[in-house]
Parts: sequence; C-alpha cells; structure tokens
Amino acid sequence: MSTTETIDLVPIEVTVNGQLYRREVEPRLLLVQFLREELRLTGTHIGCDTTYCGACTVQLNGAPIKSCTVLAVQADGGEILSVEGLAKDGELHALQKAFSEHHGLQCGYCTPGMMMSAHALLAANPDPSAKDIRKAIQGNLCRCTGYQNIFKAIEAAAAELRGDG
Amino acid sequence: MYPAPFRYHRAASIEAAIRQLSELGEGARALAGGQSLLVWLKMRFGEVSDLVDIGRIPGLDAITQDAAGVRIGALATHARIARSPLAKLLPIVGDCANGIADNQVRSRGTIGGSLASGDPSCDWPVLLTTLDANLHTQGPGGARDLPVDGFVEDLYVTKLKPGELITGISFAMPVKGSAGAYVGFKRCAPAYPTISVGVQLSLKGEQCEDVRIALGSAGLTTIHARAAEAELKGKTLTPATLARAADAAVAASDPVDDQRGPIAFKQSIIKVLVRRGIETAKRRCHGETVEVSHEYY
Repeated sequence: MSTTETIDLVPIEVTVNGQLYRREVEPRLLLVQFLREELRLTGTHIGCDTTYCGACTVQLNGAPIKSCTVLAVQADGGEILSVEGLAKDGELHALQKAFSEHHGLQCGYCTPGMMMSAHALLAANPDPSAKDIRKAIQGNLCRCTGYQNIFKAIEAAAAELRGDG
Repeated sequence: MYPAPFRYHRAASIEAAIRQLSELGEGARALAGGQSLLVWLKMRFGEVSDLVDIGRIPGLDAITQDAAGVRIGALATHARIARSPLAKLLPIVGDCANGIADNQVRSRGTIGGSLASGDPSCDWPVLLTTLDANLHTQGPGGARDLPVDGFVEDLYVTKLKPGELITGISFAMPVKGSAGAYVGFKRCAPAYPTISVGVQLSLKGEQCEDVRIALGSAGLTTIHARAAEAELKGKTLTPATLARAADAAVAASDPVDDQRGPIAFKQSIIKVLVRRGIETAKRRCHGETVEVSHEYY
C-alpha cells in the first residue's frame, strides 16, 4: 500500500485503570503506543519491541499480554490494567511495596511488566509455589537483578495480600 | 516499531471474513491473535494492504472431546488449551500448550494462527502431526478437511488458498494404552524452540506396537520422522533401539545454522529429545505421571 493513501481511522473505546477512553486511532497503532503516546501513561515500557522482554506487559481483560504485540484496535471494548492502576488513593500496592523493600529492581526498566505479570499470578493463585512464581515471570526478562530479589518480592507480596505477611 | 500502514476490518462471522478476504484480494491477511503476524509486520518482513480481524468471531474457540475424538476451534488460545480438561486427559497436549513461549503470548496466540503461519518453529504443527490430526478449512470454494502432516509445503508456505481460513483441527482419541510426550529445548521462554519433538506410542507388552514421531525447528517444515518410527515398530524399547531411532531422526532432519545454534549442536539436541520423548511416552504408557515441557538452556 502506498503511504500517501489515506487510511481511515478506527474509533475505539478502551477502559484503562477504570477510566473509559474514546479515541480514533490508526489501525497500525500498537497498544503500547496508544497507552504511552495517546494516553500519556508512560509507566508501561517498550523494551525489545519484538515480544521477548515483557517490559510492555499489561493486563487485557485480566490476562497478561505484551502490549507491543497487540494493536490498539484489538483492545477495543476491553479493560486494561497497567502499572499506573496498581496504587490506590496514593497508597502503593503490596507488590510495589515488596519490590521496593526487597530490592526487586535495580534500573527499573523491567519492573512495571514484572509487576503486571506477578499481579495476574496472584489474582489467579494467592499462594503460589516458588515454581509457580518462576513460571509466571518466564516472559519477563531482567538484566540487573538475577531474579532472586524479584522472587522474594513476589513471595512477600503474596503473603501480605493473604494477610499472613 | 510500526508496521507499514494497512486498513483494518473486523469480521463478524467466518462467511463475512471469507467474503472480505476474497474482495480485498491478495494484499489482505486474516488476523487472529497476532502473535506471529504482528511481529512479522513490525519487522517489515512483509506488508499487507488490509487486515481482516477474525479474532472476535464467536464459537471458533471451542474445545470438545468425546470417546471418538477431539476438536479444537482455530481461535482457541494456547492458554485456553493449557487450562482445558483435554490437557490433563492427554498430557502430550499439556506439554505443548504450556511450553509455547510465555504467559503473555499464550494469552493471545491461537492454534489456528500457529498452523497458518507456516513457521517450522511453531509447536502446534509438530504436536498435531504427532497425533495425526486433520485440519478443517472454509473458503470461497467451500469447506475442506486435510491432514496437518504436509499442510505446510515450504517455509511459510501452506496449502491454504486465497480467502480460505482454518476453522479448527480434530484428531481421533489415542487408543487405550497409548501415550505421548512433547519435549522442546530453547534459549529462554519467549524464544522459539531450538528443536522440539513429539512422540506418541503404544506398547504391546514391552514391544512398541505403533509410534509417530515429528520434529519441529529441524528443517523448513515440520518433519514426520517415518524412518525413526520404523526403527521402533515391533521392537523392544532398549537403549540400543532408541539410539537407532534417534540416529534415524537426525538423518531425516535438515536443520539450519542460525542464531539458535550450529547444525551439529541441533543434531545432538534432536538425538537427546527423541530419546527423552520416547522414554517419557513409554513411562506414561505404564501409567506413570511424568512432567515434561520445553526446557531452557
């Protein structure tokens, strides 16, 4: 297709962190770019941009997805939870507190994606085994921590959320 | 990275999708979960004029089973299949579904998309070749049933005709006493396998009565390793028999030298995985619970 040809914009409605947004988007706009550039929610990061690293992980209708590999038009009618939706009323989420307290981050680039994968795990499985935690973040790469403190942080957040922290 | 511009259409039914794809012509492609297609478009390996989004067509993601067989709709995601009762009933299906990429990709990627991509690194074509599955399509010329074995004719080239869509797959329920295993080896979870192997076998006493073996990422298409099967049929599964089958599988393979490893390395992985697949299937035939999936280096 010639790039001079006009492409019809597509109207979409997406609920992000509980707020409904209506926009008209170009079909090729990726969900991660919709979040970052249209909505200015820059907590979701773009890392590898090729479905490997998981820095762009958000939840779509409760399932973790890599938002660099989903079109914004595919999310039409859907509910997104991004890292900005974790804290409530100025209070950090248990995962955010635990990542901070257990040094589950160094540079922080992978952290939003890590927490969105961990959040999906804890929603489905409040008492995960060490293996469950490893499997839950197998699609999130960290180049700083060596993962050990991330595992500790997720374990601690799980305990906190269960009420036995 | 942005894909080159394209128009977007959303299909409400299979019939509508076939009509749209036919009218829009050869520049149009169907979009399901997009876990292969969107990466391909972003990397600018190719361009499309139009995407017809089939991802919301109702009823295409059903997983049904009865005594005779199993049917899986084209839009069933890897995650949905991994969580299904089928994955427990047939551990080989769980091995495959749980091992594909990572949670995020499994949330979106579909079994139909895995087949339609024609990518020799995809897992479902290998698993479905192992289970002797059929694939069901619908297109401008009507409906067709064709074997998964041979559906991919060459790298990224399938038997799908213009405007034709995969609607689902089906396979006969494996006979009682038969069991299988699907094993893979890859650099990390999100990576495609370096090599993957599917084995389904049935025993009569200690002898191998029947067996099917398929190899993934081991050539330009899924490889049905008939010569390896011939080394096992009617034989007792001793280490020597397994070694001959593994050698035959390597002879049937045609791996390429790429970033996942040199040819000799891949051949050695094929040998290990074929033996591991047979051993796991054999233990499962004996009623053992064995957990296997893709392993990472």
